[in-house]
Amino acid sequence: MASNATEYIQHHLTFWNSSHEGGFWSLHVDTFSISLLLGFLFVGIFAKVARNAKLENPGRLQLFVESIVEMVDTQVKEIFHAKSKVIAPLALTIFCWVFLMNAMDMLPVDLLPWIAGNVGAALGHDPHHVYFRVVPSADVNATFAMSLSVMLCIIGFSISAKGLGGWIKELFTAPFHAESLPMIIILAPVNFAFQLVELAAKPISLALRLFGNMYSGELIFILIALLPWGVQWALGAPWAIFHILVITLQAFVFMMLTIVYLSLAVEHH
Amino acid sequence: MEFNVTLLGQAITFAILVWFTMKFVWPPLTNMMEERAKRIADGLAAAERGKQDLEAAEKRVADELRQAKQKATELVIAAEKRASQIVEEAKDVARTEGAKLVADAKAQIDQEVLRAKEALREQVAGLAVAGAEKILRKEIDAAKHADLLASIKAEF
Repeated sequence: MASNATEYIQHHLTFWNSSHEGGFWSLHVDTFSISLLLGFLFVGIFAKVARNAKLENPGRLQLFVESIVEMVDTQVKEIFHAKSKVIAPLALTIFCWVFLMNAMDMLPVDLLPWIAGNVGAALGHDPHHVYFRVVPSADVNATFAMSLSVMLCIIGFSISAKGLGGWIKELFTAPFHAESLPMIIILAPVNFAFQLVELAAKPISLALRLFGNMYSGELIFILIALLPWGVQWALGAPWAIFHILVITLQAFVFMMLTIVYLSLAVEHH
Repeated sequence: MEFNVTLLGQAITFAILVWFTMKFVWPPLTNMMEERAKRIADGLAAAERGKQDLEAAEKRVADELRQAKQKATELVIAAEKRASQIVEEAKDVARTEGAKLVADAKAQIDQEVLRAKEALREQVAGLAVAGAEKILRKEIDAAKHADLLASIKAEF
């Protein structure tokens, strides 16, 4: 069982890589395709509801979509006081997409890998070498893709709010202000270092928080799946129920922090 | 922790999703919800206005009712006054009429009496002449004493 278990866990934690050698130009097909599918699911449902939205007597799906939109809109309006057409849709996309990606954790941990293995076997591959990771947000590529995009948005928002010159000036004059020129010159590199750390810390913390939560959740599901089948429910059920909270909370936190960072970006120091 | 081109792919997917949401999901939904909120607010305002209108109308109705009642009372009083006036006038007319009738009757009676007296006088004169004739038949020649007889008759 022991070597078997190690093999099982390793098999579950290996991506379906487009090239066996790996390297930068290889693609995690599983992460990419599942997140793409979920993204289309999200925009498909929301766009359909938006297109058919009725002013009176909205259906259940419309009410559901409206409640999410309302929640996001409330948060954005409370935190972000400048005018922006991008931030609310951005927040909505983050919340829904991250939630859906996280929710893949709720599927039985062996279901999709098993299907993928059988399909691979049918196509003439060795099922032991068909890898499939179900939860895209347990892939650092997915979480960093979002958080780095958010960082680009932060820089973009800063520049559009303060102008390119204002933004660069702020890189060297905040958070430590000085009145006299020599002090300003002395403080400039310190300020710049602080700003760089601050700028880098945001996407790293965003991405690693989500990745860590989802990766650990997935790992624990894998470990539970190693237990004898008769006792799996005793740990699996509580963990799954708790994980519903984690899934929603991580999506919400990612969205909230994005809004907060962007509202900080447009504020003048 | 292995970074590869997946990150780029995910970022592109993310950008497309955000763009699509910004273009086709967020504006129609929020516009519709704002429209609905406005409509609800309008409806509430209209209801409030209707309530105020109703109150005003009720007040006006009560006012007019009171005015009408007052008018009716005035009318009744005037009518009663007029009625008593008419009765009074009728009484006057009747009284004068009665007096006239009584006067007429009296005049007629006087006339009748006069006529009766006349007739009586003639009859008495006739009787007297007849009596005197009977008494004086022998002595008086009617032809001779015609003037006399006539004067006597006239004296009655």
